[in-house]
Amino acid sequence: MASTEEILAGLAEIVNAETGLDVADVQMDKSFTEDLDIDSISMMTIVVEAEDKFEVKIPDEEVKNLKTVGDAVNFIAAAQA
Amino acid sequence: MMARKVVITGLGATTPIGGDVPTLWENALKGVSGAATLTDSWVEEYHLPVTFAARASVPATDVLSRVEAKRMDPSTQFAVVAAREAWKDSGIEEIDRNKLAVAFATGIGGVWTLLDAWDTLREKGPRRVLPMTVPMLMPNGPAAAVSLDLGAAAGAHTPVSACASGTEAMHVGMELIRAGKADVVVVGGAEAAIHPMPIAAFSSMQALSRSNDNPQGASRPYDIDRNGFVMGEGAGALVLEAEEHALARGARIYAELAGTSVTADAYHITAPDPQGLGATRALKAAMFDGLIQPEDVVHVNAHATSTPVGDKPEYSALKAALGDHLDNVWVSATKSQMGHLLGASGAVESVLTTLAIYHRLAPVTINLDNQDPDIPLKVVTGEPAKLPAEGSIVALNNSFGFGGHNAVVAIRSV
Repeated sequence: MASTEEILAGLAEIVNAETGLDVADVQMDKSFTEDLDIDSISMMTIVVEAEDKFEVKIPDEEVKNLKTVGDAVNFIAAAQA
Repeated sequence: MMARKVVITGLGATTPIGGDVPTLWENALKGVSGAATLTDSWVEEYHLPVTFAARASVPATDVLSRVEAKRMDPSTQFAVVAAREAWKDSGIEEIDRNKLAVAFATGIGGVWTLLDAWDTLREKGPRRVLPMTVPMLMPNGPAAAVSLDLGAAAGAHTPVSACASGTEAMHVGMELIRAGKADVVVVGGAEAAIHPMPIAAFSSMQALSRSNDNPQGASRPYDIDRNGFVMGEGAGALVLEAEEHALARGARIYAELAGTSVTADAYHITAPDPQGLGATRALKAAMFDGLIQPEDVVHVNAHATSTPVGDKPEYSALKAALGDHLDNVWVSATKSQMGHLLGASGAVESVLTTLAIYHRLAPVTINLDNQDPDIPLKVVTGEPAKLPAEGSIVALNNSFGFGGHNAVVAIRSV
C-alpha cells in the first residue's frame, strides 16, 4: 500500500507522460479540467494507467467525481486500503 | 468569368530520401535510394516474403514533441510535419481562418493504430484499448490534425483514392479556391503503412518487389527486370493560394497549379485499363482545364511504380495525350528513389514537380539499366535534365490508384 505522497508522485508521473505537464504542477488542490486543462480522453487514459500502476479499480461512473488531483489520490488510497 | 488562378506558395515533405524539402530535392537530383532491409523483429516472426521497405529518413517522433506524437497515428504525425514545413515556407502570417481550408489525403489511414488496438483488445481486454484509438485510426485524422494545427476553419477534406489520393487532394484544393470557398488550402497526402499486415497483403496480390537481396535496386520503373513496387512512407504538403491573395502579400510563387482532373477507369478493381483509357482521359482533362497544348509540356513526373503491369499503360496514356511530342518530354520516375508512398505519393511527387518547374530541372530516375523496349520514354537518368530556361513551361504529375482512380495535375511556370 502506497502513502498519499507516493500516490501523488506516481499520478504526477502518469499525468506528465500523457500531457507533458511538469510533475511539480500536479498538486492535490489542482482541478484536472480547470487548472491542468486535461480533456476527457486524456483523463480516461490517466485513469487506466493509474489502475495498472496502483492495482486498483476506478469504475467509469466514478471518474466524473474525480475533479481534483486530491480526489483521485484519495480515491486510490481508499481503494488500496 | 475567368476561373480564379491558383498558385503554389509553400512546400513541405518528409520522405525516405529527406526529412524536409531541401534534403528531398538535393537527393532527388543526386539519385539515391531510400530503401533498406527492415530490422524489425516482426519481419522474421511472420516470415514475411518481403523483408525491406523505404522508411522515412527522419522519424516524425524526432520532430514532434513526445506528447504530440503520442496522440497521433504515424500517418498523422507525417502529415503534421510536412504541413508545418509547407506553412512556414509559404510565409503566411495572418489569414482569415474561415478562408483557410485543408485537403489532406491518405490511402489507408491509421493502420498502425487500428491493428495495435486489436492486439491490445485480444491481449489485455477492452478497458486497455486507448480512448484516443478512434481519432487516431480514422482516415480523416491527418486532415483533421492539420486543420487543428493551422486553425483552418473553412473545411478539412480527405480524398481517399488509394495511390491517387495525394494528387486528388491537389484537385480538391484547386476546386475549393476556384469556387471561392477558400483563399488558401493546405493540401497533401500522408501514409505510414510499413506494418507486417499491409506488407503481407500487398505481397499476396503480387504487387511488391521481392528483391530482398538488393533493396536499393528493387524499385526499377521502366526496366525490363522490374518486379513490383517498394513500400515507402511519409508525407508531402503544398500551400495552394488564390493568385490575387498571394500577390497582395508579395508571396514567393513557385508555380501555377494550371489544371487538375480526376477520372475513373470503371474497368477492374485493381488492374489498370491495359490501354490506359482512363488515364488518357485524365491527362486530356487536366490539360484542357489548364488550357495546355501538348507542345507546352516539357516534363512528366510519372506514376511509374515499377510493377510489370502498371508502367506500360501509363506510357500508352501519355502517348495518346501528348502524341509525337512525347519524344521531347523528360520523364522522371521518382519512385525509383523513394519507393511508393501510396496515398502520400501524389503529394510528394507534386512537390517534386513544382520544384522541377521552379528550378527548371527534372530529377533523376535510378536503376534503369535496361529500358523496356515497349516503353520508349525519354527518361531522366544519371544527371538531372535541364528544362527550357526561357518561356512558359508545363509539367504533369500522374497518379493512379487501385479502384481505377486516375488523378493528374498540370503545373506551369510563372
